[in-house]
Amino acid sequence: MSKYYLNYLDELESEAIYVLREVWAQFQNPVILFSGGKDSIVVTHLARKAFYPSKIPFALMHVDTGHNFPETIKFRDDLIDSLGVRLIVGSVQESIDQGRVAEEKGKNATRNALQITTLLDAIESNKVDCAIGGGRRDEEKARAKERFFSHRDDFGQWDPKNQRPELWNLFNGKQFEGEHFRVFPISNWTEMDVWNYIKRENIAIPSLYFAHEREVVWRSNSWIPNSEFLKLDEGEEVLTKKIRFRTLGDITITGGIESDADTVEKIAQEVSAMRQTERGNRSDDKRSETAMEDRKKQGYF
Amino acid sequence: MIDNNQLLRFTTAGSVDDGKSTLIGRLLYDSKSIFEDQLEAIETTSKKKGHVGVDLALFTDGLRDEREQGITIDVAYRYFTTPKRKFIIADTPGHIQYTRNMVTGASTANAAIILVDARHGVIEQTKRHAFIASLLQIPHVIVCINKMDLVDFSEEAYNKVIGQFEEFSSKLLVKDVRFIPISALLGDNVVNRSENMDWYQGAPLLHTLETMHISSDTNKVDARFPVQTVLRPQSEEFRDYRGYAGRMASGVLRKGDEITIMPSGFTSKIKSIDTFSGEVEEAFAPMSVSITLEDDIDISRGDMIVRSNNKPEAQQDIEVMLCWLNNSPAKPRAKYSIKHTSNEQKAMIKEVMYKIDINTLNRNSEDMEMSMNDICKVKIRTTKPLMVDSYRENRTTGSIILIDDATNETVAAGMVV
Repeated sequence: MSKYYLNYLDELESEAIYVLREVWAQFQNPVILFSGGKDSIVVTHLARKAFYPSKIPFALMHVDTGHNFPETIKFRDDLIDSLGVRLIVGSVQESIDQGRVAEEKGKNATRNALQITTLLDAIESNKVDCAIGGGRRDEEKARAKERFFSHRDDFGQWDPKNQRPELWNLFNGKQFEGEHFRVFPISNWTEMDVWNYIKRENIAIPSLYFAHEREVVWRSNSWIPNSEFLKLDEGEEVLTKKIRFRTLGDITITGGIESDADTVEKIAQEVSAMRQTERGNRSDDKRSETAMEDRKKQGYF
Repeated sequence: MIDNNQLLRFTTAGSVDDGKSTLIGRLLYDSKSIFEDQLEAIETTSKKKGHVGVDLALFTDGLRDEREQGITIDVAYRYFTTPKRKFIIADTPGHIQYTRNMVTGASTANAAIILVDARHGVIEQTKRHAFIASLLQIPHVIVCINKMDLVDFSEEAYNKVIGQFEEFSSKLLVKDVRFIPISALLGDNVVNRSENMDWYQGAPLLHTLETMHISSDTNKVDARFPVQTVLRPQSEEFRDYRGYAGRMASGVLRKGDEITIMPSGFTSKIKSIDTFSGEVEEAFAPMSVSITLEDDIDISRGDMIVRSNNKPEAQQDIEVMLCWLNNSPAKPRAKYSIKHTSNEQKAMIKEVMYKIDINTLNRNSEDMEMSMNDICKVKIRTTKPLMVDSYRENRTTGSIILIDDATNETVAAGMVV
């Protein structure tokens, strides 16, 4: 007789597949929010599994800040080709050109917060009623209280104090015109789970996650990659270091760590010994204690 | 080998004073699940608030209002892993006005940790937590008698609490209750065995969580497969493929099994059980699979595939224990949407039979208004039959939620009696 229980990764996978199938059943026009980061890559992989032998029945939506790592864009386009799914791009540059948003000023200016408008515009103009994200509850304290099916009002806003109760596996995706949902199939995964799963499933990820030589600047306790968008401060110098990235955001805000981990096995090993959270190198989260909660309320990922 | 590690979900209910946050902080800290930058953030806040030392409780506060008021309002999920298991903690507030959050956290839990202050013994709140654990049929309950350091690690104090707990819990339906004397603050019997309580022969809390038998927590007897969606690729390679996608709610289904489709009653045989990685011989809960049948039958979302010799009841009149979750009270005889597995129908609350006073566990047949946090036994009538099992037998096919069509909010959670 075989064992009648799943190991934790299989159980997490099965839960995520269940959630993705619920999305397909409950919504008219869902999309996967694809950033090119490992979490949205894992969600896309899970969607392949959930609907096999059918193709993924959703489009992938990418909010392009214009401040991308070139590697991310290439990875995205290759993946779209191999899956045969549609890509929707929301462009922050267009939002700026149309006067919908204005660039931040000052030394630490980024396009991070500007994405919110572009994202909400793309959701509205494409009549998206559900945006599937790779958010995890272990990432950040505001995310720890997020639902699998998370309601957004017609301004795209999240009301953390008034979330729908979510019991058992009964998900309520009912909405009125103009509202939408964010759904997080890998809510219960940790960074370690994601890496173990990437390793087990042999999932392709952008080269940026692996240790490589890169020109960087030491700023806010991490190695910020040199790029055309980076303005050097007095006393800062560009060095070449062997680094890798633990998360991928805009090239302007994503800090790397020094590392020799150049395979998924080595990364998993490195992560298990880490003493810092992965978002510890994201300057967007460091602006205030409730930076993530405040952005999420407005409609952030 | 980590590959065989299971996932255990547990809930902790408690108030600010009984050391719940300290216990969670201790579990996370001693299992090295708190990162340096998180600890630094807590240290900074502790200093700002004028606390002496690091207040681990801050680690469990998430939202701005919670940090400002120093209380837990909503369910927060925490994660930690040991070499033996992965754990998900549903950290829920313990006050009576947050009953709905306790119920939410309890709905998916394998185990409940109930904290009792050794100095105060069993209080109303303890009874409430135990009742909810029993109502939601959490398979394992661990009563942690905390603050043993404040009662000189006395065995007598520990035994007194056990006596009090057993006295009232005989009315409850909890299968597995354990008692552990701990000091969350000092770490006694949380991760490491206490050196101050030689008289306690049992295992510390973490070891208990790591080793308790949970494979039998899901029903492995009654095969229930609610259909979520139908997969029809219509590609060259899979021209005639018609797979019923879903997750096993309970029991086991095998290739070749004689099955019945509920509610239509059509019968067929399982032709294949498919996954992305290939065909499997059998599927058990909670596996997500796609099932194909020997015969072409009209099946859609909301139908349930079951083994022909073991069927749930198709019912339109259902008695449930209902927990009201919404600010607006229940409207008598109003229509709601009801969700049960992948099935959705309309329903009406026909009759409130009684309300439970969750502090005394007494039935109240006078006051029949159902407001936020009330738990009542009710009769529900649905427009079409639901394929239900009793919640005691099956937590997945015995549970429902009600949705108010005027607001789209989830207003109630119910357990089929």
